[in-house]
Amino acid sequence: MRGDDVDTRGVTVAALLAVDPLGLGGALVRAPSPDHARRWVSRLAALLPEGAPVRRLPVTIGDDRLLGGLDLAATLAASRPVEERGVLASAHGGVVVLPMAERASSGLVSRLSAVLDSGRVMTPRSFGTGAPAELLLIAIDEGEPDEPVLAALADRLAFHHIVGDTPSDALLTRAEVLTARAALKQVTMDPAMPGAVVQVALAHGVDSMRAMVFAVRAARAAAALDGRTRVSPEDLELACALVIGPRATRIPADDPLPPPPPSEPPPPPDADTPPEEPAEGDHDVRELDDLTVEVMAAVLPAALLAMQDRRDRQAAASSGKAGAERATQQRGRRVGTRRGDPRSGGRLDVLETVRAAAPWQEVRRRLVPSASRTSLQIRPDDFRLRRYVERNGTTVIFVVDASGSSALNRLAEAKGAVELLLGESYARRDLVSLIAFRGKTADVLLAPTRAIAAAKRALAALPGGGGTPLATAIDVAREQALLARRSGQEAAVVFLTDARANVARDGSGGRPLAEQDALASARAFTTMSVPAILLDTSPRPSAFAATLAEAMRARYVPLPNSDARAISHAVRGSGVLPGGAGA
Amino acid sequence: MLRHRRLNYRLTHQLTDCDFDFNRKGPVRPVFPFSAIVGQEAMKRAILLATVDPAIGGVLILGHRGTAKSTVVRALPALLPSMAVVEGCRYGCAPDAGGSACVDCRAQLAAGERLRASKVPVPVVDLPLGATEDRVVGALDLERALTRGEKAFEPGLLARAHRGFLYVDEINLLEDHLVDLLLDVAATGENVVEREGISIRHPARFVLVGSGNPEEGDLRPQLLDRFGLSCEVSTVNEVAQRIEVVRRRDAFDRDPEGFVAQWAEEDGKVRRHLERARKRVHDVAVPDAVLARAAELCTRLGTDGLRGELSLLRASRAWAALEGKKEVTLEHLRAIAPEALRHRLRRNPLDDVGSTARVLRAIADCYGA
Repeated sequence: MRGDDVDTRGVTVAALLAVDPLGLGGALVRAPSPDHARRWVSRLAALLPEGAPVRRLPVTIGDDRLLGGLDLAATLAASRPVEERGVLASAHGGVVVLPMAERASSGLVSRLSAVLDSGRVMTPRSFGTGAPAELLLIAIDEGEPDEPVLAALADRLAFHHIVGDTPSDALLTRAEVLTARAALKQVTMDPAMPGAVVQVALAHGVDSMRAMVFAVRAARAAAALDGRTRVSPEDLELACALVIGPRATRIPADDPLPPPPPSEPPPPPDADTPPEEPAEGDHDVRELDDLTVEVMAAVLPAALLAMQDRRDRQAAASSGKAGAERATQQRGRRVGTRRGDPRSGGRLDVLETVRAAAPWQEVRRRLVPSASRTSLQIRPDDFRLRRYVERNGTTVIFVVDASGSSALNRLAEAKGAVELLLGESYARRDLVSLIAFRGKTADVLLAPTRAIAAAKRALAALPGGGGTPLATAIDVAREQALLARRSGQEAAVVFLTDARANVARDGSGGRPLAEQDALASARAFTTMSVPAILLDTSPRPSAFAATLAEAMRARYVPLPNSDARAISHAVRGSGVLPGGAGA
Repeated sequence: MLRHRRLNYRLTHQLTDCDFDFNRKGPVRPVFPFSAIVGQEAMKRAILLATVDPAIGGVLILGHRGTAKSTVVRALPALLPSMAVVEGCRYGCAPDAGGSACVDCRAQLAAGERLRASKVPVPVVDLPLGATEDRVVGALDLERALTRGEKAFEPGLLARAHRGFLYVDEINLLEDHLVDLLLDVAATGENVVEREGISIRHPARFVLVGSGNPEEGDLRPQLLDRFGLSCEVSTVNEVAQRIEVVRRRDAFDRDPEGFVAQWAEEDGKVRRHLERARKRVHDVAVPDAVLARAAELCTRLGTDGLRGELSLLRASRAWAALEGKKEVTLEHLRAIAPEALRHRLRRNPLDDVGSTARVLRAIADCYGA
């Protein structure tokens, strides 16, 4: 059962979960296809006691179905309150599958977390202890790699596993698993073993106390599964490989385990300057490798981030796409209900409608004696429609050029400029995200976050050096803007670059091809109608930067020279500052 | 009439309970004992202080995941003696609440009825993210409206938390208007509902405990200083401590009942201290010299308004009471100042110098002078 490839490991994971469902919580799985995931879940269910329920949880599930609540139809029919059991309570002793876990709202995640923590579900109406809901949660991550499943949920699931082909021959039987489950309490371990787990976790950069506890539990389950009453070093190794491995953020120097590739945060993008460095225009790049420049104060036109400037808005409206999305009344966060006619296209909120009608039932029955005693009398006035608001928050995506030329030129000031803009974003409660590009790649240093401190840290640690893969950077920015849109946010992109593109999309050097690619990417970028600004950080405003901004329909703003600091007062408010005096 | 209504209320709830639980009402899992939590002394102290004197205000816990935040909160009820409530009261009124009781209890008293009391554990209510305002403040009671055509109020989470704790994990992700509402009710001790034609006010005095991970988003600055105490927690750093955490957690998971029994004595000690402090906290003297220092410290730090000073004094007094002292000393003040003041400083979002450091510096200045 000790698996070296993904397939048998999947069986091991399922078996361990089946042996100790309460101690291990569940798994976060990725699968090449929904079919793989489905097969794996049924394999897991086959190991649980006969009749264990398996429930699927749509990410859009409402509280009434999730936690349970008043069953309206039954209540009306019976003329007495009938409570309906929610999905979580009805999955007690079984499995809950959450497809598209990356789309789960923080509200859903906090409810699931509470159930995983306490093993009970509290309905909105239950006073006291609620109903038992001890279950395994299988969260299926179907998102893009940059779209993380909410960390609170991932932390509470022991295994993060990539499901492969489930082997057809049964490696384990339900009876074996149940025997192991019964024997679990008797399994003992060397008192030094928890210490070893902690050491392994820390060596791999895993900080979560839950992960360490999970590893210990998994080791016990593995021993029980093997029919032993004492945890062997191999059990512990297996448990660490399955629990700690996928969470690893770094690989220790002398590695006792073969850790699977880290799947959580992207490694810090240092030391990946390509060996065959394309020649930079006028600087020797090699000397500039990984030059971390300090943050410097920069001068910026005031209120640069007020991006919903008339021109941008017109552009967005004319394309129709972004505008249409905002106009819909059926997306976004629910914010209660309003009186209205359901024929107008809104969505009827049945519960609220009944609630509005309820107090008048006695009166109406008296007024219309012919009507049946049990049927509910609803007047047009009672109709309540759901109100939604699009989260019209903005994700500001900073795309920072950290190439060699930029590092020499104005990277320090660019960092200062980003800081100023970050401060502004903080005040507006925007999300910010940070992309840096140099060498051959553009990396997302920071997924959208509201934590300005994290952005600031990522920025300060950003080294400079390498080529300028401008086309790739624009592509990555576009993808990030798309992701932000998909999560209901508006996106805005701020490019800080000297626009000296010299690495083409395919990673080859050469300015003409690189510039051609950058312009092509820029044109693709315009299809998004994302408001954008290009801050030209070169000492002299360059013609290509202006052309590029034009191609992206971005506002072109040459970053004023530090000499311009003195005159910034005079020109503030003019919108666009004139170029610096030149170097 | 009143009795009839109460009876009906109880009946419907029994009904829903058994509808819901069928015959599977399993035993509630034991909770991890308070005294078995490794480290995290500042957080434990802040929670205990707010328990000794709820007037200190809520507690804000900022820290990463897996720092025992919720474990500390959930361990609380076991530390507190069960409280007497009026039987059948939907708001959990104390039998001796008198004028501050809810309308139902006051009506019963006015009618000359005797309030029967029963003992219940101190409530620790979880407020899930994404809870609707309805659930939090209460709403029209749908059951009664549907089945009897009555317009009645169904209490929400605020009513359930009365005289206990309201715990909001990831409060920084809660919608701002809800946080506002919670802080308002926590400050006034009363929930005023005016909606759907319902007009009702009921007592809701609770200690608000909010926790969050600042890396995932900040709390609106305006809300910060409405918490009485704040503490920053981090995962225990020492390897030895971490190993102890894993060991104890493992021991608890394997044999919850046995583990709880093993720690019963330690928990009992904390419980006795807490009980004594709760009785005596209002007899602890605050010398003028301490008052003057507190004022000086707040001025030096430029905290706005009197809230900071009040919280600082109340917390120092509670700390003295918890230590069994009869008088607040400068030591108490100094020990509590970071928790009571650091979230009230005017903050530059990009300032790296932690607020704690600034408070400590001010304390050093203050005492050095």
